[in-house]
Amino acid sequence: MRTPIAYFVMLSGILFALGTVGVLTRRNALLIFMSIELQLNAVNLALVAFSRMHNQLTGQVLAFFSMVVAAAEVVVGLAIIVAIFRRRRTIDVDDARELRW
Amino acid sequence: MPLDNVVFWVFAPISIASAVGMLVMRNAIHAALFLVVNLFCIAVMFLLLDASFLFAVQIVVYAGAIMVLFLFVIMLLGVDSGVSVRERLLGQRPLAIALAVAFIAELFVAVRAGIGFATHAPPGFEAVNQPGNTQALSEVLFREYFFPFEVTSVLLIVAAIAAMVLARRQAPAVTQAELEAHRAQVTDELEHAAAEPPA
Repeated sequence: MRTPIAYFVMLSGILFALGTVGVLTRRNALLIFMSIELQLNAVNLALVAFSRMHNQLTGQVLAFFSMVVAAAEVVVGLAIIVAIFRRRRTIDVDDARELRW
Repeated sequence: MPLDNVVFWVFAPISIASAVGMLVMRNAIHAALFLVVNLFCIAVMFLLLDASFLFAVQIVVYAGAIMVLFLFVIMLLGVDSGVSVRERLLGQRPLAIALAVAFIAELFVAVRAGIGFATHAPPGFEAVNQPGNTQALSEVLFREYFFPFEVTSVLLIVAAIAAMVLARRQAPAVTQAELEAHRAQVTDELEHAAAEPPA
């Protein structure tokens, strides 16, 4: 293990920032969802890196739990997207604005 | 150059490039395939960090199951599902990119001040990982985190039921009166057909 831990943390931060750009700029609900997955994975990487740095397995357990929650979140989110698409024939997030004001 | 470093410097650029590719792709399927590449690169990073169990879980659950689910939904909804490319909020894209760059710069400063870029992981992780990563992880999971683990199963079943309820195609409710009317109409038609002589 010769790669400094900080490199992994920086990679995780860069991926998280890219995911944020995706969430902020895309308007296709599916692509926003994929960007959120990217963010979750970036945070998992940081958790595992810190677990290695502190010689403890707790970080890996936390990353494991985050994967489980992400799986549940994907199932519910995709079901919501499918339901919205059935109702209005589009998954553009700008078109769903009944609750805006 | 140690092998760890070589692997890191091969897969880190690939993961960043695939994340950028996911952002710029207009076609949702291409974006999903780029995301698969990215998830695989992150799995390799887990392997570098001596987390071999999470490496396997990452590939099976994320790159496998979740991305297949994504591709199913993309196919179900159609690749081009009525999303216009016109930017509605003025300057949203440059602002988002500027914020991301600011975030990365801030993180760079924080990491350099915090753990420093020369800090290597301390030795002795092999002792933590005895007799193997999976066994050691199960020790921690089923001793210290047993209750959260059980709660997770509740979460999963709630998610499964929620998905079924949300994605159900709702048929309009049929009242008893409508049923009677329909039955009367069918009987009427049958009698009419019987009374008419065949041509």
